Amino acid sequence: MADGDRAVDNGVNVEALLGAREALTNAPEAAQFKWRAACEWKNGTHSNSTVEGFYGLGQEQQRKTKFTFDADHPEVFAAADQGATPVEYVLVGLASCLTAGIAAVAQNRNIQLRSVTATIEGDMDLYGILGIDEDVRNGFKGIKVTYNIDADAKPEDIEALVAQSQKRSAVYDIVTNPTNVTVVVN
Amino acid sequence: MSRCLADRAIDHVVLERGEVAHTWRTERWDSLRLLTPNWQSRLPGFGYTGPDPDGYRTLPEVVDFIAAYAQAISAPVRTHTTVTSVSRTETGYLVRTDQGDWSCRTAVIASGAFNIACVPGVADRVPRPVTTFSTQQYRNPDQLPVGGVLVVGASSSGTQIANEIHRSGRPVTLSVGEHIRAPRVYRGKDLEWWMDAAGVLDERYDKVDDIARARQVPSLQLAGTADRSTLDLNALTAIGVKLVGRLAGITESGKAQFGGSLRNMCALSDLKMNRLLTLIDEWAQANGLDGVVEPPHRLPPTEVEEAPPLGLDLANGEIRTIIWATGYRPDYSWLELPVFDRKGMIRHDGGVVSSQGLYLMGVPFARRRKSTLIDGAGDDARDLSDHLASYLHGEVLRTT
Repeated sequence: MADGDRAVDNGVNVEALLGAREALTNAPEAAQFKWRAACEWKNGTHSNSTVEGFYGLGQEQQRKTKFTFDADHPEVFAAADQGATPVEYVLVGLASCLTAGIAAVAQNRNIQLRSVTATIEGDMDLYGILGIDEDVRNGFKGIKVTYNIDADAKPEDIEALVAQSQKRSAVYDIVTNPTNVTVVVN
Repeated sequence: MSRCLADRAIDHVVLERGEVAHTWRTERWDSLRLLTPNWQSRLPGFGYTGPDPDGYRTLPEVVDFIAAYAQAISAPVRTHTTVTSVSRTETGYLVRTDQGDWSCRTAVIASGAFNIACVPGVADRVPRPVTTFSTQQYRNPDQLPVGGVLVVGASSSGTQIANEIHRSGRPVTLSVGEHIRAPRVYRGKDLEWWMDAAGVLDERYDKVDDIARARQVPSLQLAGTADRSTLDLNALTAIGVKLVGRLAGITESGKAQFGGSLRNMCALSDLKMNRLLTLIDEWAQANGLDGVVEPPHRLPPTEVEEAPPLGLDLANGEIRTIIWATGYRPDYSWLELPVFDRKGMIRHDGGVVSSQGLYLMGVPFARRRKSTLIDGAGDDARDLSDHLASYLHGEVLRTT
């Protein structure tokens, strides 16, 4: 941080992130990560997923906490509503990825955030998943994210934060571009 | 560089695989004009003296200009001499060519950054009936069959080619990735005039925050239009060009898939342009130009339709041609030295290559933002020929 700047603190350790970027630039193999989740069927459309370890920086990484996620469908789908629907997890993933990115970019650009809230909405035509119309896709027709951001910055700088966050977001990339998916049965 | 070496009485030759200005003669499309105005092509001791300083040179005029300079400085050019390898010797370098070998103590690589047109990996999947051209192969719309055209890439080349193809009656879909929008004329002056005057083009490689990133930024979406009009995405949309996102894949059945990020690509570009215009406005105010030139204004945001198409069938006959306007990379296949980074680019510090006595010119941001412009060659050549002369004289060198 340059002299005379107020101390901006969004709780993001940008020095560590920039340090990692520099270290990984010279160690491409350490930059190869594998993210994992495990899923177990419970009953009906209810499943329970867990997220714990992942691989990165050349070795298996273990977390202190095991996170669990119940997924189900709401009652209008004649289901038990034991958790969020899987497509809502996708929305959660996108919103939380973009929001984390906004905090990181703001810290890097010396912008103090006071509040960041987002609503995210995905439009879906059920004719797809119900197989009523082959021309309708299963997934979202489109996704709209709306941010309200209070920060010490000009509106165009806030817009630039949000744009840069999209540019560097993993989930945004996953959602906006095709990905090869391989499903095998043991 | 030849001129600067001659000024220092350093014996040298300039090796040219074809004729002077070979790339301009043989590897660009017919209607291309230089994207910098005539007045801006300032070479050491040479410049534009004609009646149209604000115009943009046509391709033949660019060739004439460079050839005239070679003549004016009596550059010792060996034409039709293709370098086949450069390797290290005890005293310097061995340069092998198809016209015999040279040994030298120092060498300057000025073969350019735009030798090979980049084509994305998915090009293999383009269905057979579709004809493809890179920007290096494309000459004019008459080469193309009648029918739809997908132009991939929306920087300077892609937008110019999309414009003339669409106007030839072949409907164009333009796949838009990262690009940098820029008005041709701002507040009554050429954008290049502003960037030159405000010192943006002189910004040095060792003064920018992240030089690795600055060297990868796409070039400005500027065109040397005959009427000095701005050729941006809104101008293309206005004549009926269809915008889609970045080409993300082509399925086995020949369906092109586009990223859903078009809106953000355009937002990033608009924001970046506005930051440049703000910088120009601040400079204009600080330098007493307010009231002298036209008042500041902003361009309307880039228009993106509500739901741009995410796919395009390349197999149904609607698209007959694809133009890859996806950039260029340098050809260093002849350079047999351990000077490359993991992406195959030459590691250098402001044009001073890690191998002693070897220099690099004309690549993005080599020493300055203008390093790839004709106008940037002079300052870089002066600096690097200084370094080169000191090296020949055996002085202890710092890298910059």
